[in-house]
Amino acid sequence: MTDVQKLKDELVSMVEAANDLTSLDTARVNALGKKGKITGLMRTLGGMDPEERKTTGAALNLLKDEIAALIAGQERALKKQVLEQRLATEQMDVSLPIRPQAKGKIHPISQTMEELVTIFASMGFEVAEGPDIEDDWHNFTALNFPVGHPAREMQDTFFLPDDEEAEEGYKKKVLRTHTSAVQVRYMLENKPPIKIISMGRVYRHDYDLTHTPMFHQVEALVIGKDIHMGHLKGCVQDFTQAFFGIKDLPVRFRPSFFPFTEPSAEIDIGCSRKDGGLKIGAGDDWLEIGGSGMVHPNVLTNCGIDPDEYQGFAFGFGIDRMAMLKYGIPDLRTFFDSDVRWLNHYGFDPLDRPNTATGQPAK
Amino acid sequence: MKFTLSWLKEHLETDASLTEITDTLTAIGLELEELTDPREIYAPFKVAYVESATKHPDADKLQICIVNTGIEKIQVVCGAPNARTGMKVIFAPNGAYIPGSDVTLKKGKIRGEESNGMLVSEREMGLSEEHDGIIEVADDVEIGTEFTALFNLDDPIIDVALTPNRADCAGVRGVARDLAAAGFGSLKMLDGDAVKGNGASPVHVKIESKEQCPLFMGRMISNIQNAQSPLWMQNRLKAVGLRPISALVDITNYVSLDLCRPLHVYDADLLKGDITVRLSNEGEKFEALNDKEYTLDAGMTAITDESGLLGLAGIVGGVSTGCTENTKNVFLECAYFDPMSIAKTGRALGVESDARYRFERGVDPEFTVQAIEIATKLILDICGGDASDVVKAGDVPNWKRNFEYDFAYTKKRTGVDITQDEQVQILENLGFIVQGTQISPPSWRGDVMGKADIVEEIIRIYGFDKIEPVSVGNLNAVSSGAETPHITQCRMSRAALATRGLNECVTYSFMSSDLATAFGANDNALAVSNPISSDLDHMRPSILPNLISAAATNADKGNGDTKLFEVGPVFKSAKFGGQETVVTGLRFGALANRHWEGQNANRQNDIYDAKADVMATLEAMGAPTQSLQTAREASDYFHPGRSGVLKMGNKPLAQFGEIHPAILGDMGVKGHVVGFEIFLNNLPPQKKKSAAKPLLKLSQFQPLSRDFAFIVDENVEAESIIRAAIGVDRNLIAGVSVFDVYQGKGVEDGKKSVAINVEIQPVKQTLTDSEIEGLSQKIIDAVGSKTGAMLRG
Repeated sequence: MTDVQKLKDELVSMVEAANDLTSLDTARVNALGKKGKITGLMRTLGGMDPEERKTTGAALNLLKDEIAALIAGQERALKKQVLEQRLATEQMDVSLPIRPQAKGKIHPISQTMEELVTIFASMGFEVAEGPDIEDDWHNFTALNFPVGHPAREMQDTFFLPDDEEAEEGYKKKVLRTHTSAVQVRYMLENKPPIKIISMGRVYRHDYDLTHTPMFHQVEALVIGKDIHMGHLKGCVQDFTQAFFGIKDLPVRFRPSFFPFTEPSAEIDIGCSRKDGGLKIGAGDDWLEIGGSGMVHPNVLTNCGIDPDEYQGFAFGFGIDRMAMLKYGIPDLRTFFDSDVRWLNHYGFDPLDRPNTATGQPAK
Repeated sequence: MKFTLSWLKEHLETDASLTEITDTLTAIGLELEELTDPREIYAPFKVAYVESATKHPDADKLQICIVNTGIEKIQVVCGAPNARTGMKVIFAPNGAYIPGSDVTLKKGKIRGEESNGMLVSEREMGLSEEHDGIIEVADDVEIGTEFTALFNLDDPIIDVALTPNRADCAGVRGVARDLAAAGFGSLKMLDGDAVKGNGASPVHVKIESKEQCPLFMGRMISNIQNAQSPLWMQNRLKAVGLRPISALVDITNYVSLDLCRPLHVYDADLLKGDITVRLSNEGEKFEALNDKEYTLDAGMTAITDESGLLGLAGIVGGVSTGCTENTKNVFLECAYFDPMSIAKTGRALGVESDARYRFERGVDPEFTVQAIEIATKLILDICGGDASDVVKAGDVPNWKRNFEYDFAYTKKRTGVDITQDEQVQILENLGFIVQGTQISPPSWRGDVMGKADIVEEIIRIYGFDKIEPVSVGNLNAVSSGAETPHITQCRMSRAALATRGLNECVTYSFMSSDLATAFGANDNALAVSNPISSDLDHMRPSILPNLISAAATNADKGNGDTKLFEVGPVFKSAKFGGQETVVTGLRFGALANRHWEGQNANRQNDIYDAKADVMATLEAMGAPTQSLQTAREASDYFHPGRSGVLKMGNKPLAQFGEIHPAILGDMGVKGHVVGFEIFLNNLPPQKKKSAAKPLLKLSQFQPLSRDFAFIVDENVEAESIIRAAIGVDRNLIAGVSVFDVYQGKGVEDGKKSVAINVEIQPVKQTLTDSEIEGLSQKIIDAVGSKTGAMLRG
């Protein structure tokens, strides 16, 4: 017994003295290895009488487990110490700036167009498209602009060389002055009921503080058997309120004139002006934002629709201007400058796509 | 269309307030553009008395005036030579806005002497160019009298925006008629009785172009005096921006504005023989009253005598028979001209005039007969003289038309219930004749051409505000989707590129023809005939030049390293179908500005970045990116060795590469630019797929991979190695990637080493070693036979 107790004292102090992993490993070999002290003592068991062998054997096995546990504990402590020493040397400057993460923005015009599609989709509209280069028939004649009528001077048109191969009446080429030309194409190809919007680039010969030779329009067209001006007003009201995110936004209709609608109305929304600033919403003033009316019977006839059976409305807005009003962008011309500072400031996160669930952010 | 309130009331008997009138104008379609109330502008200006005027101690030309304003005595330093003790003046106090010189007065010191307000001249008041001295007011005018009362400036000026259909309201009377119909007063009678002539007109009239001039009426007025027109007429003309000239000119201008009835007066003593209205011959010239000379094309309507052209009918008169203060005998013209021919001639020669404005919109043909009498009376009243009988050629054109109208149609089209009696009343107040269901518009409403126009007349007077809004909500529970596949693809491409760090731009569809040519334009049909500037004279064949210019401009402003894109149209031909949508992008300079981490963060953008943009975008748009082939046939504006085309079969879906350095040089752009174009119209059409995705089949067997390094000729493209390897067994080979490309030491000149990793996915069972060995050998053989590659030793 004394041998075992002695050995234990010796081994414990040896393990405890090991202050790095190498000496701990040496201690383990010395204690538990094939030539180790415990193994050595085990070998002497053969020369003992059975009773002694039994008690000494049990004591040695116990010692073996105790020492093994002691070594394992010591090893954990030493490993932890080593890791801590290493970590202490592994400092990084966490304040350094990150690698540049390029992030692009969606242009306000595209954002606004997506908003328009979202709102009109919820009202059951579909989108129709057409070309930017039109012939004079689709852009003017079909829309009830008589040849030579002063109304054609209302819009300054860009012309391209005549297409001599085209049929008479279709030779003259223009850059479309409005997206109404798309409506003409749609009506020629589709039977009522019709419920569409057309959006896109339009062109007018004008360049100053508030005009660019190219801008964007959206127009809505609804044709059915009993669509009247009340529907026009309701649709415009629903749309403008949704777009600006203002529930009680007042809408006013004023009689006006467009060759392609009769009656025609100009659309105003409520606003207030203070100290040179403009705020959309119920106020003491009005802001003109678009034109509208009941589609002129001549237009329906030109597009192959019987005006005695069908009637409907159309209205249109300038998309760029709507974006300016909603998002507080002061200068139309900057839309087309591609200045990255402007794009980063007024552009939209590509992850933030318009949808009816999130609602339209009110200005 | 401008007029004053008192002028309006000349035709309209009304108690309505100014606000009621202006609100109503807008409500019935005569939009109030501007209301100028001189009483507001001139409110601070009042009569004052100069108690003393003494010389300024420090300035020869200045005087120190003590001015009695009726409220206080105040010191004003004045530079006017006529300022003197004991005179009455117009005084502007501190804080007043001086309309003629666009300044607001402030208290100050002039050469050391305190000065408050100002004694004003006519020019400073915006009344005339008179600035030799301050305004002198008669002694008997009381101190404190308002300036506006003294100068007849208490008449508000109303400016209305006229839509082109409302020619009838290009005269004050027409506006009054509309207001009366809207219930704001009653229209006064107009005295159009005939003036008895004293015998036949010595000048006769002949019309040779009846179509362009259906009716010409005239009369000689002899022994007149063409002095100044009366003050009331001058004031009205001045209020609407016309300069009074002489009685005759003022009268014709006045009648034009008042009754929308343009006239012309000829100095009868300068006429050579009779008047003939005929079409012009090519090259005929005349000197017009607007100080310009016009050379006519053939077929323009001309007023002529034996000497030749006297004027352009209904547009502008000529100098040869113009009236002066010495004119004694005049020939008065009151004619009706066809709107279309007036518009055509006016546009062709570029002449703007009040007469053209009215004739081309269509004046009242019937009124010609009355108008000549009204004009005659005005001339006789103001200029004296004797009038001859009226000489008349042609006839009033037939303007009468009837429409069958069902009064229920008003509600069908507007949704508003208006009783038939009310509808009839509105129409009759506007001068329409209603007999049962037959409606005929009045002579001055040439714009009313059908049922829809009649609805508009009724509803605009009844009130657009009475239209009740009705929603057109979506009645279908199942929305078919609003977007076209094209719009969906555009939207997805924008999201893909913006997420990859590119900023979306919107640039003009036109550019300079030089740039357009450099980027492939070769069709003159796409040149803009009337460009806004020479920089924008051709439809764009590519969006790239716009983006390159934009990136360069940004770089000039200190923002290099930009990444831009645009999704928009390019134009291959002017014909229908010649427009394509191209998703275009570029990367300018480096990934980022200088960065502490160096190359990892701020290396130059290269063609593989552009290619990655293309692949990400194609994938977002639903194009099959796996089966694309790369070819070297990008457009000439790319670097020939560093550009490629991604094709599906024969169709190019996209091209990418470095922009050709010569093009950048021509554009004056310094920097390194890679770009791409994705031809959206070439993408395979999106099939209508069901919402459900195909079932996912996962293999239960462990995938394994093998590496191969091949030595190939340096011009062998990696894609051919990949294709050869994949082609060996499309069931087992799940993917091939290139993990090393090496040229240099250890590899023979003209060769390169390409190392690929082949991922093998067992499908039915785990592969045995010999099966794997067999597959590997097939890969080596296939790549070898397709590309001449040798396994690297």
